[in-house]
Amino acid sequence: MAQTVFEPWNDPDAKPIIQFKNVTKRFGDFTAIDDLTIDIYEREFFALLGPSGCGKTTMMRMLAGFETPTDGTILLQGKDIAPISPNKRAVNMMFQSYALFPHLSVWENIAFGLKRDKMAKDQIAARVDEMLRLTRLEKFARRKPHQISGGQRQRVALARSLAKAPKLLLLDEPLGALDKKLRQDTQFELMDIQEKTGTTFVIVTHDQEEAMTVASRVAVMDHGKIIQVATPAEIYETPNSTYVADFIGDVNLIEGRAEQDGDKVRVAWAEGQPAIVGTTTRQFDKGQTCHFAIRPEKVAITATKPENIANAVKGKIHDIAYLGNISTYHVALPNGHMIKAQAANNRRLSRRSFTWEDDVWLSWTDTAGVLLER
Amino acid sequence: MRKLTWFNVTSLTLGFAFLYLPMVILVIYSFNASKLVTVWAGFSTKWYAELFQNQAFLDAAWVTLRVAVVSSTFATILGTMAAYVMVRAGRFYGRTLFSGMIYAPLVMPEVITGLSLLLLFIGIGLDRGILTIVLAHTTFSMCYVSVVVSSRLVSFDQSLEEAALDLGCSPWQAFRLVTLPIIAPAVISGWLLAFTLSLDDLVIASFTSGPSATTLPMKIWSSVRLGVNPQINALSTIMIAIVTVGVITASLISKRASVRALEDEQAAART
Repeated sequence: MAQTVFEPWNDPDAKPIIQFKNVTKRFGDFTAIDDLTIDIYEREFFALLGPSGCGKTTMMRMLAGFETPTDGTILLQGKDIAPISPNKRAVNMMFQSYALFPHLSVWENIAFGLKRDKMAKDQIAARVDEMLRLTRLEKFARRKPHQISGGQRQRVALARSLAKAPKLLLLDEPLGALDKKLRQDTQFELMDIQEKTGTTFVIVTHDQEEAMTVASRVAVMDHGKIIQVATPAEIYETPNSTYVADFIGDVNLIEGRAEQDGDKVRVAWAEGQPAIVGTTTRQFDKGQTCHFAIRPEKVAITATKPENIANAVKGKIHDIAYLGNISTYHVALPNGHMIKAQAANNRRLSRRSFTWEDDVWLSWTDTAGVLLER
Repeated sequence: MRKLTWFNVTSLTLGFAFLYLPMVILVIYSFNASKLVTVWAGFSTKWYAELFQNQAFLDAAWVTLRVAVVSSTFATILGTMAAYVMVRAGRFYGRTLFSGMIYAPLVMPEVITGLSLLLLFIGIGLDRGILTIVLAHTTFSMCYVSVVVSSRLVSFDQSLEEAALDLGCSPWQAFRLVTLPIIAPAVISGWLLAFTLSLDDLVIASFTSGPSATTLPMKIWSSVRLGVNPQINALSTIMIAIVTVGVITASLISKRASVRALEDEQAAART
């Protein structure tokens, strides 16, 4: 079945809305952004993901105009934005603290940007009402920001930044202050609004689940560099480095020496243990140090040795983390190495098959993990 | 609530007596019928009537009021600007020196401030009068304003201003439409502080005034030197009344605002 997939980054004719070209930003001796080049396309929901201090907020502040690059250029629709001051940019930002004006009502907060554009009064009213409807805030128009709840404040901030219909909306940790349940609801709301308005969203977050949920593409950052840019599925299934594999989700990392045979690689990783068999499209030299990364949910746990599977190791259950829907088993191998395996709790807890100190077999296919050079 | 012990009662009484006895005596004697300040001769309000006939006092009061309003307004504008730069400009060469210099007049003896201003006015050939008092009061009270305003600005969330810029404000619009309304209470209390300082200043006004301008504290001081006049008691009583009413009003307003904020928060929590 033919389906049009939204992936302008694979289309050589697509024009990016934002281009970072060799952008570097230094604060004194500290390099926040290090020679960074990236294209972001129209209608994308682009997530910048990384630990605090990795430079993601600096990138966003450069787009908004609050910081200027030390080197390199940033293009918005092909035009260098360096000489344009923040109040002249067709870019709006939703702040982490929301930055709602406490002395103005919800209605006036949303109208604030429109009034600066000298828009006619009735047009402003129409636009504000439209925004209130979009964010389901009609009932709260006359309230002050301190008279509404955290989730409502978050929606006011979103409505205010969307009111001017920017080409690009920047969201700085937009859901950081909400509790988990509300955050998940709001993520879907955000995606919905992004789709309805057709605005390009760039979101900064340190929450990998949030990035995976909302984004069309995720850029994983560390120390001012982008380590990998890809769709959430690619980032999760085929990370390009142990840093990305480790940052996104849970992972078992096993270091060993490679011996390649076609697309199959045997990884010798411990004395007395059979080599791990994996599949790769890369080339590894014989004896090259490599890392085998496998997600815990791709490791099967059984009481007896499974037949006809590429990899099987025996171990003893050291610890069990019960998370309700799933359990994570920490299995100690005879050489002391610990491997995590995840299994769905499809039976009640009292009827669980395994418990502490049980001898179990861990197994996985030769395509379950990825082989990484670093 | 704990019971008041005799020790607590005594300390409370002594403390309040120490603070307020002089003023109470002054107020009582302002209603004294006798011209002698220390001899009670029955209740009378005649000194008040006489006070309002005394053109010299009324003129001095008018000068003081004008000086206080103008100088505290200038001091508020300058002090707010200084505070804004000190809090916002980040690090620049000589910042510590500058901020130290803004606060130095707070601890500078008034005599020195007054003398240096006098020498300056003589040096540049400025005739001493209301203008010079206004300039002098602006100079010494703007540092008080900048202390009050900068303590508010330190806790001001800077992303509010960035949000205003982001939504299309010029830096001046961002200040006028967002920062100023939010820090207004601090600016107003800075103005009130400057106003009171100017109202009761004697030393600096004495240095910088000329024959054409006499402020009320100067007038009171010079009349007391000729002997305490019951009119002065009456005048002081009026000033005490004005200050008391002002303080009570201000605290009522701020209390009502905090009660309302609390109610609002509770209303928000319910929704």
